Amino acid sequence: MRCGVVVFPGSNCDHDCYHVLKHVMGWPVDYIWHKQKDLKGYDLVLLPGGFSYGDYLRAGAIARFSPIMNELNGFAEKGGLVLGICNGFQVLLESGLLPGAMLMNRGLRFICRYVHIRVENNSLPFTGSCKKGQALHIPIAHQEGCYYNDPEAISEMEKGGQVVFRYCSPESEIDDRYNPNGSSGNIAGVCNRQGNVLGMMPHPERCSEAVLGSEDGRLIFSSLLKVAEGVSI
Amino acid sequence: MTVQEIKEIKITQGLIEQHGLSAEEYEKIKSLLGREPNYTELGIFSVMWSEHCSYKSSRAILKRFPIAGRHIIQGPGENAGVVAIDDDLAMVFKIESHNHPSYIEPYQGAATGVGGIIRDIFTMGARPVACLNSLRFGPLNHPKNRYLMTRVVAGIAGYGNCMGIPTVGGEVCFEACYSQNPLINVFCLGIAKRDRIFYARACGEGNPVIYVGSSTGRDGIHGATMASEEFNEQSEERRPTVQVGDPFTEKLLLEACLELMKTNYIIGIQDMGAAGLTCSNCEMAGRGGAGVEIDLDLVPAREKGMTPYEIMLSESQERMLIVAAKGREDAVKEIFAKWDLHGVSIGHVTADGNMRVKKGGQVVADIPALALTDNAPAYLRPKIMPDYIDEVQSWTPDGLPEPKDYTSVLERMMGSPALGSKAWVYEQYDHMVRINTILFPGADASLLRIMGTPYGIGMTVDGNGRYCYLDPKTGGMLAVAEAARNLVCTGARPLAITNCLNFGDPENPEVMWQFDETVEGIAEACRFFDTPVTGGNVSFYNQTLGEPVFPTPVIGMAGVLQDCRAYVTPWFKHDGDLVCIIGGTGGHLGGSEYLKAEHGIIKGMPPRINLALEAKAQKACLRGIGLGIIRSAHDCSEGGLAVAMAESCFSPYGSIGAEINLDKSDRADALLFGETASRIIVSMNEKRLPEWERLATKIAVPWQIVGHVGGDRLKIGPWISSPVERLRHLWERALAGVIDQ
Repeated sequence: MRCGVVVFPGSNCDHDCYHVLKHVMGWPVDYIWHKQKDLKGYDLVLLPGGFSYGDYLRAGAIARFSPIMNELNGFAEKGGLVLGICNGFQVLLESGLLPGAMLMNRGLRFICRYVHIRVENNSLPFTGSCKKGQALHIPIAHQEGCYYNDPEAISEMEKGGQVVFRYCSPESEIDDRYNPNGSSGNIAGVCNRQGNVLGMMPHPERCSEAVLGSEDGRLIFSSLLKVAEGVSI
Repeated sequence: MTVQEIKEIKITQGLIEQHGLSAEEYEKIKSLLGREPNYTELGIFSVMWSEHCSYKSSRAILKRFPIAGRHIIQGPGENAGVVAIDDDLAMVFKIESHNHPSYIEPYQGAATGVGGIIRDIFTMGARPVACLNSLRFGPLNHPKNRYLMTRVVAGIAGYGNCMGIPTVGGEVCFEACYSQNPLINVFCLGIAKRDRIFYARACGEGNPVIYVGSSTGRDGIHGATMASEEFNEQSEERRPTVQVGDPFTEKLLLEACLELMKTNYIIGIQDMGAAGLTCSNCEMAGRGGAGVEIDLDLVPAREKGMTPYEIMLSESQERMLIVAAKGREDAVKEIFAKWDLHGVSIGHVTADGNMRVKKGGQVVADIPALALTDNAPAYLRPKIMPDYIDEVQSWTPDGLPEPKDYTSVLERMMGSPALGSKAWVYEQYDHMVRINTILFPGADASLLRIMGTPYGIGMTVDGNGRYCYLDPKTGGMLAVAEAARNLVCTGARPLAITNCLNFGDPENPEVMWQFDETVEGIAEACRFFDTPVTGGNVSFYNQTLGEPVFPTPVIGMAGVLQDCRAYVTPWFKHDGDLVCIIGGTGGHLGGSEYLKAEHGIIKGMPPRINLALEAKAQKACLRGIGLGIIRSAHDCSEGGLAVAMAESCFSPYGSIGAEINLDKSDRADALLFGETASRIIVSMNEKRLPEWERLATKIAVPWQIVGHVGGDRLKIGPWISSPVERLRHLWERALAGVIDQ
């Protein structure tokens, strides 16, 4: 699995993702500077968290115009795997690769803490190692993480298996009490119709090593391992 | 104004006073220059000789700090201190205040405080890996204090989160004296290779002086002077002296500087913080024993028509000054261009020792660099013990009514902002980014792994203004002891400290006495624990309309854990485990949170500290953790034993109760809520007891078994019995309930 971690000016989880892909998963990884225009040879392109362009204007709104994004469109169209985490998810929404938009958290404050998310679709390249309905213990860290889409669009997404994660209780119960930011339908992660582009607000790279307190995030990466070993993409 | 017009501005008595310079200081300027200064030079002297930059009232006293030790690579005098971790790695850390700006404009004041301390760390060649902060506000029942706290926390979060440097812990305290003068102290720690440390020195005649980062604007002019004054009714008008932060640009500056630091092009580097271009140029020249000549026409400016005075005194953020090796200018500029930042040669190093500033082809300032730095005035200000000391110290608990219902006292205290959970604050900080944080905020100290090594780094900030108000020397010692104890409770061995000394007006002899005594206490404890002072910050003039804040030293301490997986948390783990107290015994009520919260009294002597006992308690705790005997360790401090026991029940992974029995010697309130020093609450499996007994006997530390873990209530003797979930709910809602009302 050859991976690229895109570095926008202001990305700040790039090192973290690089570390997990390279040292925890043992995959070849490159940093991809946002002005680069070539994604040939990569199996997975990861858009990391952070504050691309300072989140000025609106999270992800400026980064979508970076040269690499044109290339990323083509890469995704050809079926390449794209994972956007936190700010990376916001960039994917702004660029139209994923449906919906982000609003400010309903408390209007930045929230950093562990939450649980329920796996709604485990037939994606990113979720194959999870059980359907499993609750993952995973951190969030964002201020603009309130996912929004209109109800019709969400029900379409649900039918197509595009709602991948929802905020839930440790026992996988979905309720507004477990919704940290006011997201429509507790949505924490969505994918495109083809299922090769995933965006999620929680940070799997922050919980992929035992020393950090949870290894649930590693399930996302080990799902990709299955892809790397078997199915061609 | 043209350069010529500015040069012709007449220096009057009034102008000198406006610049915060005394008549004697002005005479000294004339003798150092051998002539009258011009207007620009007057401004330059004014900021460099301000208390904020010159430490003129504190320099002589700070010399008492122990600054050397086998781990110390760089002590005070540079942008930050450097302490060895092993033969290869070092940690670089410092604490700084941004009190005055944060009162005037809390969001930007706090944000730029964070920006400033982060620059101090990466200037030295270190990758910043964590921030802490120590915040003090007035009581939250006043809306202004809620506003200040909300905006300060948002400002710290806004800057640190965007930078991608985790804010991993800190402290928040409340006291009436901070209402008009909150204390905002920020700490940053970075990791560097020992052989890749960079210093702020200009040398090598002809080497280019390169300006990098943001453009210079008219913001923050005279910020350093503002920070060296007392507040009054007009302080709000000072808002334009507060800088505006741009964390995105600083993130780029950080990455560009670290990229540049992999090369050999840098001779010296310093950030432009207080007093901007002025301070960075003359300090680098002064330290390097050289001079610099710069041309202000080359400085990237945000707007046209800025005078030399404004350019030299601007405190625009996110700027650095680099002295590069001759011939490497283009390579340096190329790196900054990649990150879309300015990189402009604005001058060169000279041999004559002067800071020479040109604009429009004319020399607008020409001052010996050392006149601004080493030769700045230094005073031994008069000091006198304040009258209040005798009165507060002679207080005794005789006649103090004892509460009838201790359970409700504990519940009230757990639900107060002072002792309640600080999650409302730290959940706004990204405390996990860079995936090194092992021990999150809420424990006794924060703990990070160092990737690629087995080590963990522990860090903490601690202070207690109330103790220092009652007895500054003891208060200073207690602050160092508590910081060390907090580190030890995680398993990390303390190595060194940085400190932020927040005091009132140094020209007031009573304040000066508090300062002198506090420094004495800190110095004595640091010598005893072999944790030298690597630098820090003095913030004077923390007073409004003549009323100083409590003398408030904040100790930032860092230490190392040899195996980052072998740490311990404060929380009880298993049903049936024994609960023990290591160290001090008895109950001391003076200066306690209980006395203040329940009786409205801030009096008495603070707890006595016996440094030898403290050292034994810490040694026993560290050994016990190292041998895997101790399963949880928690420092017993503010709120006393009952509060510390309750906190030990609130694990992030779930609550668990405990049953504690104590021998009553004196008053029950003193036993439960007294803040006797040098106490650590630990829990262990009973099977390990013989091993523990041998260890404790060998170290000759007092200890006692006081109960065991289990059940769903916290019971302490006949006095307290409360469901843990109830206590926890009160504790969790304490801050959020008041602020979001």
